[in-house]
Amino acid sequence: MSGATVAEMAEAPPDATRIAAEARDRVRFEEEALALSDQVFRVARHLAGSREEAEDLVQETYARAFRSWRSYQPGTNLRAWLLRILTNLNIDRGRRKQRAPQTTPLEANDYYLYDKLAESDGAATDEERVVERLSQDDIVTALAAVPHDFRDVIVLVDLGDFSYQDAASILDIPIGTVMSRLHRGRRILKRELADSVLEDVS
Amino acid sequence: MTQANQDPCAHCEEMMQPYLDHILTEAERVEAEYHLDECDWCRRRYRFEESLRVYVRQAVNEPMSASLKQKLAALRIPLN
Repeated sequence: MSGATVAEMAEAPPDATRIAAEARDRVRFEEEALALSDQVFRVARHLAGSREEAEDLVQETYARAFRSWRSYQPGTNLRAWLLRILTNLNIDRGRRKQRAPQTTPLEANDYYLYDKLAESDGAATDEERVVERLSQDDIVTALAAVPHDFRDVIVLVDLGDFSYQDAASILDIPIGTVMSRLHRGRRILKRELADSVLEDVS
Repeated sequence: MTQANQDPCAHCEEMMQPYLDHILTEAERVEAEYHLDECDWCRRRYRFEESLRVYVRQAVNEPMSASLKQKLAALRIPLN
């Protein structure tokens, strides 16, 4: 460090000190947020309908986060804070588009998918093998077919490892709603998977 | 409907998700495990569900592109 003497620094106007401290906080915030971007994208990818939409959404989220970093409380869950921005943006843009009334989703019982897979296989019913009959495409497509309300919860809890409480505050819904949507959503997902497998066969 | 006159496998199916999420009460967990100990049919389906959860997580994991990472870094507000 050159230039400023100790005496000069001590005399620096309080404003300058405050600005310097704030800049430091902001840089730290930005770095912490960027370090989470892989995890944010992984979740965003399936909250959004496509990879392209997810990329847009993540960019918008970070742009907004960098602008409103002061409203983040240090020490709280930054990943959840970012996801809250992201889900709000996603709801604003995505759901306005699809105004079509949501038809009641069909869910099957919890054992339904296994029964369908085992039945169409016959011999091999080893549980770990049976699951491998689902392709990556089947799974990505089936997840995208789950209605938003249910998919959001599955994605946050099962893929993003958020607690029920975090998911509730990110989506601004009661924790009981998170649990019931998770439960039903997984059944809908399995129903979608079973349907995709039956289509492959026919 | 009371549990007593419900098909035990149907009841076990109802308990599967909360069992795997570890949110059953102690008494319910004991009850589920008691049934699973003697019912291979349900046990297979529980094991399948566990494998499915792991498998789905892996299948949907798409890494972020390097270009998006760069774009995000470029959104930082420059110091002046």
